Amino acid sequence: MATIETSGTAAEKSVAFTDGKVGRAAIEGAKFAGLMFCLSIPILLLRIDSDIDHKPFLQLRWSWPLWAAGLGFLVRFAALALAGGGRGVTAWLPAVSIPPALSRHFGSAALVMLALYPVIALALVGRAGSIKWIDNFGIQVMIYVMLGWGLNIVVGLAGLLDLGYVAFYAVGAYSYALLATVVIPQYAPWLTPWAFWVCLPLAGLLAALWGILLGLPVLRLRGDYLAIVTLAFGEIIRLVLINWTAVTKGYAGISGIPRPSFFGLPFTAADNGFAATFGLEFTPLHRTIFLFYVILALALLTNWVSMRLRRLPVGRAWEALREDEIACRSLGINTTNTKLTAFAIGASFAGMAGSFFAARQNFISPESFTFNESAVILAAVVLGGMGSQLGVAIAAFAMVGGTEILRELDWLKAIFGRDFDPTQYRMLIFGFSMVALMIWKPRGLIASREPSLFLRERKSIPAAHVAEGTG
Amino acid sequence: MTVDTAPRRTPLLHVEHISMRFGGLIAVNDLSFVAREGEITALIGPNGAGKTTVFNCITGFYKPTSGRMALVGGGAGADAVTALTQTGKRFARADDGSSAFLLERMPDFQIAAEAKVARTFQNIRLFAGMTVLENLVVAQHNRLMLASGYTVGGLFGTRGYRAAEADAVEKAKYWLDKAGLMDRADDPAGDLPYGAQRRLEIARAMCTGPRLLCLDEPAAGLNPRESADLNALLRLIPLEHATSILLIEHDMSVVMEISDHVIVLEYGVKIADGTPTEVRNDQKVIAAYLGVEDEEVEAAEQVVAEIAR
Repeated sequence: MATIETSGTAAEKSVAFTDGKVGRAAIEGAKFAGLMFCLSIPILLLRIDSDIDHKPFLQLRWSWPLWAAGLGFLVRFAALALAGGGRGVTAWLPAVSIPPALSRHFGSAALVMLALYPVIALALVGRAGSIKWIDNFGIQVMIYVMLGWGLNIVVGLAGLLDLGYVAFYAVGAYSYALLATVVIPQYAPWLTPWAFWVCLPLAGLLAALWGILLGLPVLRLRGDYLAIVTLAFGEIIRLVLINWTAVTKGYAGISGIPRPSFFGLPFTAADNGFAATFGLEFTPLHRTIFLFYVILALALLTNWVSMRLRRLPVGRAWEALREDEIACRSLGINTTNTKLTAFAIGASFAGMAGSFFAARQNFISPESFTFNESAVILAAVVLGGMGSQLGVAIAAFAMVGGTEILRELDWLKAIFGRDFDPTQYRMLIFGFSMVALMIWKPRGLIASREPSLFLRERKSIPAAHVAEGTG
Repeated sequence: MTVDTAPRRTPLLHVEHISMRFGGLIAVNDLSFVAREGEITALIGPNGAGKTTVFNCITGFYKPTSGRMALVGGGAGADAVTALTQTGKRFARADDGSSAFLLERMPDFQIAAEAKVARTFQNIRLFAGMTVLENLVVAQHNRLMLASGYTVGGLFGTRGYRAAEADAVEKAKYWLDKAGLMDRADDPAGDLPYGAQRRLEIARAMCTGPRLLCLDEPAAGLNPRESADLNALLRLIPLEHATSILLIEHDMSVVMEISDHVIVLEYGVKIADGTPTEVRNDQKVIAAYLGVEDEEVEAAEQVVAEIAR
């Protein structure tokens, strides 16, 4: 921030002498910028490193404050030029509101892109490179999109702030892992090729059961209290996974989790494998591409179900609950049951995502289910716009995909030196973009609400009217 | 004004010896009254008299400290209520169509869903981010939930559910028309002007198909014209629907014009109960509302103290 102010002097000086008021403002700005520049010297210029004998030595990085000042100058200059006088940050950010027609087309275009994604990746970076792009990027993003949509039912529609959503993800993952590595080999070995497909709905059901078990005692709590209890629940599940070593093997985790089969055909080089059956040359890429389509289908199922539910009495009751719980009760809506269904359905999608995660990773440990995961999923829901399917998907894509893309920014090393690692700036960039987004679009990317029912025309409801929920 | 020679109709709600304490404060003290079918019963009194507390007890948002509130229907008599009280059940429906509900035993949403008591709120509680039409459809939740097979059938769009939803929209349209909100059906409820929000809240309560509609100050903040529109709407409800009204109101023009039966509360105690004419001429009511001459204060206080005892 320091350097952004630094450069303000130059831009402001140009108008400084035309008007006394502006002149004074410019002098004030210049003083502040100068102060910031002075402060930037110890922060950016000086660096203490240790040499090979672990002795500290001082390093002077003259280029850093200069680069920062130059960057600040450009940003500030652009801002002033666009705003014509610096009316604050919000003035020069365009007042974008995505019209529903565009968002509908955007949705279908994005869907086509997703369906073609593995093919495009294959065409662009070839076989060896595309595994990384399909698996680390595509599948990873789609898992979070699915989780975001699942949590959107709880937070966005029903307005219940759940900070422990990752618990249900963990329940799903461990359900599949334990069923597929312990229960099925022992009691129903003939099911082994189908393990994933049998366990997927089971994991969903088990997670829903845990959603209800958590929901029953805590749903009388509201707002902050509910958030804290769900947070605690997330931690309890993780601690149980760590400490109940007899079942979960603790930190060691569960390995050798069976991978999903192509509806019974394993992705192996064997004669009864997928490649051999279809007369293809064996490559691990088949499984990666198949996994991508599985998670795409699961995410779309989540989306379809939640969009469908929104138009059903239960979904309208969720939204009414978010708007005003007391009014709901005065209309004869059983608010406890309504909240429980939201919790259970949201949890079941997390459970299915969890079982997919376990199957894809082949190995799970409690490390994968920290609070950080809950925070990322919740951030996707809030930044995307609570209740908006498209907004949540875009936010999940930006947050999870953005991290992966940062790994690809090696060319920045040419500018900032060989030690520069863009991934280390991930959290800084997140922080900046979140602050910017919250100033620009305080209710998330797509904050307006589409009514579920209309007589004559469907009008979007502006965010100002829509409640965030206190439950 | 209703002519008070009309035959007394069958009782709908018996409120018997209701008391409500908040710590040391006795908000309602041993209150008893009867609301009758097809009538508009008004509950009036100075600020802080305990009117809204009575409402909250009837609709289950508060549990009264003591007393019984029985809602009866289909010709259920006092013996049915006594029998129900002894069973420990919340409500009973007999084969002959008669039914009795002990409201003090039921949770709020069940009072609305089973006993069919709907209410509005003093500070309007609409679903502001939902459209006017959605507000009215949410009010028909329980019937639609049943029709959607508790969501399973609805998920696959069964014909039964689609028909039920179309019915719900028709019912909503009927009340949109009655409330004069047809043009605003697709607008967010939070966008409506104040008077329209009041009418929408009444329409929403009516969409639950209530037997007793409890209105908490429906005319508060309305201009005289809106107030007259509201009177017309309220008078129509008991005439055209099997719904009786219990209302709290400060606007005496509304109370005197539309109600059949007025109950006056002061400091949680009933000080008058009768037709609007009787109540208007009651000395204690006049004293409660207008105050009294200095020399009468002592006497009036004694009267109040006696009643409070």
